[in-house]
Amino acid sequence: MISFCANIGRLFLNFLQGTGHFIVFMSQALAIGIRPPYYSRQVLKQAIDIGYFSLPVVGLTATFTGMVLALQSYTGFARFSAEGAVATVVVLSVTRELAPVLAGLMVAGRIGAAIAAELGTMRVTEQIDALSTLSTDPFQYLVMPRIIAGTLMLPLLVLVADIIGVFGGYLVSIYKLGFNPGNYLHQTLQYLKAMDVISGLVKAAVFGFCITIMGCYHGYYSQGGAQGVGSATTNAVVSSSILILIFNYLLTAVFFDK
Amino acid sequence: MTKHKLPRIFLKDVHKAFGPKKVLQGLNLEVLSGESLVIIGGSGTGKSVMLKCILGLIHADKGTIQIDQQEVINASRTNLDAIRHKISMLFQGSALFDSLPVWENISFVLLQEKKMTRTQARAYAIEKLASVGLPAEVADLYPAELSGGMQRRVALARAIAPKPEILFFDEPTTGLDPIMGGVINELIRASVDELGATAITITHDMASAKKIADKIAMIYQGKIVWQGPAKDIEKTDNPYVQQFIHGRNQGPIKVDVK
Repeated sequence: MISFCANIGRLFLNFLQGTGHFIVFMSQALAIGIRPPYYSRQVLKQAIDIGYFSLPVVGLTATFTGMVLALQSYTGFARFSAEGAVATVVVLSVTRELAPVLAGLMVAGRIGAAIAAELGTMRVTEQIDALSTLSTDPFQYLVMPRIIAGTLMLPLLVLVADIIGVFGGYLVSIYKLGFNPGNYLHQTLQYLKAMDVISGLVKAAVFGFCITIMGCYHGYYSQGGAQGVGSATTNAVVSSSILILIFNYLLTAVFFDK
Repeated sequence: MTKHKLPRIFLKDVHKAFGPKKVLQGLNLEVLSGESLVIIGGSGTGKSVMLKCILGLIHADKGTIQIDQQEVINASRTNLDAIRHKISMLFQGSALFDSLPVWENISFVLLQEKKMTRTQARAYAIEKLASVGLPAEVADLYPAELSGGMQRRVALARAIAPKPEILFFDEPTTGLDPIMGGVINELIRASVDELGATAITITHDMASAKKIADKIAMIYQGKIVWQGPAKDIEKTDNPYVQQFIHGRNQGPIKVDVK
């Protein structure tokens, strides 16, 4: 019993220590990162990596999510003759929840892992130490450009996912479920408010920040060779995915709580 | 005492521990301007940790570390940047940036500090490649496309490119064949002489030490146990040095073989 309690205590202390360590890292990254010099070439490179090269995976996810949502809503609503609500359900679900969360999770898997692996490898091969000896601050050169790119590019990705997701729902509704295209588009736009889209984009910016900072944190403090880099990658994806789900709830509560 | 006789690098009673493991235990060292000091010692005796403490990459627990009479321990960010501006380092594993071509690795500092245009920086990098015996075609390759010996030479070119006042070499010939090791030793000696730099080299390789050093110091259990002119290393009756340079099993240096 005592050893069980000791283990719980140790886990709790480790959690507190990890949280404190992360907060120190984040404060340092933001405090140092906002000072000049600014590495615009690095920001652009990361923006292309995070934004442009994530388009296929985010686009595919959004398309099939929109399609399946239309199909499921139809089969559900048909039971009480409310098929007309399919378009509204699709557009609100996609813009408010599904596009930001699913795009966030896909980007966490693709970019969070890549950042942790890259920085982790740079750490264990002394490239981060080399940066410091070459009068370049790793926070300014490596961390901040990734955070800026992630925070700016994820909303753009989600905007694209919104459009593609709604289009996926439209395709299924028109060509499989036999809806009238004009009516469907009218229904789609009728109940959609600017805040539905804006809330999704704000969520996306927060998720982009979470993904990139967790990737940088785990990669930056990676140790122990290949195994350490592997653990850093896993931890980055797991922790950023959990943060996405937590912040999704918190932001939904902020935007839509009555 | 005239100014040039003051040590450029001064360490007094430096301690560093990682948890219960004490790595540096009251290390004292002085390196005069223009001097090439080689530090020998077994694995895990604190050689690399000492270099990283001097660079401020690892924070020493106690003691004094000065470069040109400027304190490194607890130095402000600005002061540490100024100190690091004087120093270049060749890392054990070369630590070239994987994501950049060779020429950008070599001209990294010059590009970041915007001292040159990209065209000028590329031409300068090719010049530096020539000085370490590599052809211009190597400039556009990535580090992963080079052999270990070529990577080490590129790393040397990167270290000397900003014309540093102080050079650190961390096991520059480890993992290289004897011929390539000899080439690197000669390049190091030539670069140090040409720049008039103060140098600290860490090595296990006695042939390398004799070629590079003006003075040699031996480190054991985080302390300097002997130092003197390179020519005296064979003559000394210091038991640590004798055991190390002759590779004897018996002597004051204990090797844990379990």
